[in-house]
Amino acid sequence: MSTTHTASGADRLRADDQAPKSSPSGGLKAVGGVAGWLDDRTGAAKPVGYLMKKVFPDHWSFMLGEVAMYSMIICLLSGTFLTFWFVPSAGQVVYDGSYLPLRGVTMSEAYRSTVDISFDIRGGLLIRQIHHWAALMFIVALSVHMLRVFFTGAFRKPREINWVIGTVLSMLSLIEGFAGYSLPDDLLSGTGLRAAEGFMRSVPVLGSYLSYFVFNGPFPGESIIPRLYSVHVLLLPAILVGLFTVHIGLVFIQKHTQYPGPGRTNDNVVGFPVMPVYAAKAGGFFFIVFGVVALISALVTINPIWAYGPYDPSPVTAGSQPDWYMGFADGALRLLPGWLEFTAFGFTFSFNVMIGAILLIPVMYGLMAAYPFLERWVTGDTREHHLLDRPRNNPTRTGLGVAALTMYGVLMFAAGNDIMAIKLHLSINDITHVLRAAFFVAPPIAFWVTKRICLSLQRKDRDLVLHGRETGRIVRTADGRFFEQHEPLDEFTRWTLVQHEAHEPLQLQSGTDEHGVASPTARKDKVRARLSRFYFDDRVEPASPADLAAAHHDGHGHESIESAPGPVESRPALETSRREPPQRP
Amino acid sequence: MNALAARRRHPAAIALLLLLGLVLTGVAYSTFAPKQADASPAAASQVEEGKKLFLANCSTCHGLQAQGTNVGPSLAGVGAASVDFQVGTGRMPLAKPDVQAPKAKVRFRQPEISALAAYVASLAPGPPIPDAQYTKGDGDVAKGGELFRVNCAMCHNFAGSGGALTRGKYAPSLRNVQGKHIYEAMVTGPQSMPVFNDANISPQSKNDIISYLHAIDKEENVGGMNLGNLGPVSEGLFAWVFGLGLMVAFAVWLGRKAA
Repeated sequence: MSTTHTASGADRLRADDQAPKSSPSGGLKAVGGVAGWLDDRTGAAKPVGYLMKKVFPDHWSFMLGEVAMYSMIICLLSGTFLTFWFVPSAGQVVYDGSYLPLRGVTMSEAYRSTVDISFDIRGGLLIRQIHHWAALMFIVALSVHMLRVFFTGAFRKPREINWVIGTVLSMLSLIEGFAGYSLPDDLLSGTGLRAAEGFMRSVPVLGSYLSYFVFNGPFPGESIIPRLYSVHVLLLPAILVGLFTVHIGLVFIQKHTQYPGPGRTNDNVVGFPVMPVYAAKAGGFFFIVFGVVALISALVTINPIWAYGPYDPSPVTAGSQPDWYMGFADGALRLLPGWLEFTAFGFTFSFNVMIGAILLIPVMYGLMAAYPFLERWVTGDTREHHLLDRPRNNPTRTGLGVAALTMYGVLMFAAGNDIMAIKLHLSINDITHVLRAAFFVAPPIAFWVTKRICLSLQRKDRDLVLHGRETGRIVRTADGRFFEQHEPLDEFTRWTLVQHEAHEPLQLQSGTDEHGVASPTARKDKVRARLSRFYFDDRVEPASPADLAAAHHDGHGHESIESAPGPVESRPALETSRREPPQRP
Repeated sequence: MNALAARRRHPAAIALLLLLGLVLTGVAYSTFAPKQADASPAAASQVEEGKKLFLANCSTCHGLQAQGTNVGPSLAGVGAASVDFQVGTGRMPLAKPDVQAPKAKVRFRQPEISALAAYVASLAPGPPIPDAQYTKGDGDVAKGGELFRVNCAMCHNFAGSGGALTRGKYAPSLRNVQGKHIYEAMVTGPQSMPVFNDANISPQSKNDIISYLHAIDKEENVGGMNLGNLGPVSEGLFAWVFGLGLMVAFAVWLGRKAA
């Protein structure tokens, strides 16, 4: 677990560095001052020193989670500003502020205070837009971070817990966002609440009770805004911040994963310590993220509540959509056919609404949270993994991920079917029919295409290792033959291409033991073996040293076109030399 | 005076009084009753000119007598307002039959449009071109906004950016449309639009709606670029493309920076 076991990579580079004169805590004490004073009273130097010395690897994709973290902090800061002026009340007032097109209009206090923040509080509109854009960026960055973790297999042991925490964080952030944009009580957010009320009512039998419970009576009532406010500023932020602290704490405890490369093993982390390198880099990145969000917020309108007008249950506007992260659920509603609603036993069952609005989110997040455990069961792999997979080296997982992403994308695009219709001059009916079909057809195609691309990339890697880079130099030999000269890869480049292991499908044990007694788990084993074959039947073995020697022996290192390696020749015994990464001199 | 008083029992007096009452009532009614703002009686020459234009440009679809054919409806009773709207916004003449006539380049000058309108109006009574006092857009903007949200926003979107209808039909954008054309659309109900007659929305209220639309046309974008005023879809797209793009660009830059 420690980062100092193996002096390799960057650690090795610093081998000649002067060692710290004494332990961090001792050092601080020697310096005295505030740090020493604090340490004397709290003993904080040791844990802080542990955190500060933690080594993190450098890669841009590891910063996506940071973008999410900083966006969340921006939301907390700007949200606090907004609470100074926002009035979470449905009480009716007549507007007489400075926005002329609303003067004399009756509206709720919540809406009036939001309009006031936008037009009468200095800097209010900018902060409101920062809050909303940062919220969108929070969920964008969080989702992309999640994709990075999925496609590189960073969720594998020992990080399954953190993956589950991440899915919970992701799901709660959707609800937090929904609660937030429902607060201003403008026409769009009221429409969203009306839809939410409909979703609750679609729960069979209990629906109307549920909706009366949440809204404290019939829609809209006066309770929902103060209730949502408590949820939005107290309950969910507390849970989000708490879970997030555990999330990042686990990253420190379990150490960060790294991409494979020379000098990087499952037992080390090659990178730089938090103090001073990452403290500076990450601190600087916070200001970059804040700067980008502020720039966008200063230049681009988001949620112009003054244009939507105050909420009133009778009107609704064309183009009523939720914010993007709720789009997939809205899209599911738009795609689900109406005949799923029927009456039985004196109750109405609105499955056309319920499947998309109530079931989809828990089912989707449930599957996401379950995936690491499923994959672990299928592969039977109980080892710890601190080296990331290149997505191409696990084609089936990558394919499944892209298929799921495609499914999600179809639903998300369906939520914008009316905007697509007017902007692309298409029929909304056609778009809906096409997307309905795409929901079922596109994911398998995406899976198959992705898997083939991954396998091809692996073959390309293997080819590159065995035959080197094509230099484009044509050489003519003394006896008149031509060949293209290939330049062998240096061993550092090569290592990255051959370091991974090829998984093999689990072999089905015979269903009976030596006494002919049927195994109690025979059926389960069969399923497992079948899934394992689904995962690993098609595979490309990474080139082994034996392959490499054979390829070199084969001639002058020039291309002897080789079809995909057959299973026999490409499954050599693992040689220790292959598993040993080359060390940087 | 005496002579009049003396004849007040004359047998014809009662009839005369009735006649007077009827005339007065009629005059008073015609003065005070809400009436269609009628364009000046079209000169016969204008109708004649309109007919020529009609025969040359419209009769292929609408028929030689504007009686309608299987590709174009009858124009009897559609009124001058309809012609002024359809031709004045370039929707007619239609380039090709489609689900809906799109707004296009206007093909006629205003006198020609007026002549066409006069000709069509002469076929049968229909909604006339509205009085300028109701299309100036000098009404109550806030009231217009409320009326707009209740009656128009469900198809035309909260900011008049337009919205989708079934099977490729759509509610067009209302940005930068002349007040006269907005009014005419409300009274004639072109394409899929319902008719909002004067009992439904009074001329004064129509003027309020026009005022609101003109006000949001002139409004500066206080929050910055408005992304087409299309709601959260364009905002989400922006966050994914530009927001994430910028963040990743900075992350790549910072990730490459040597410590």
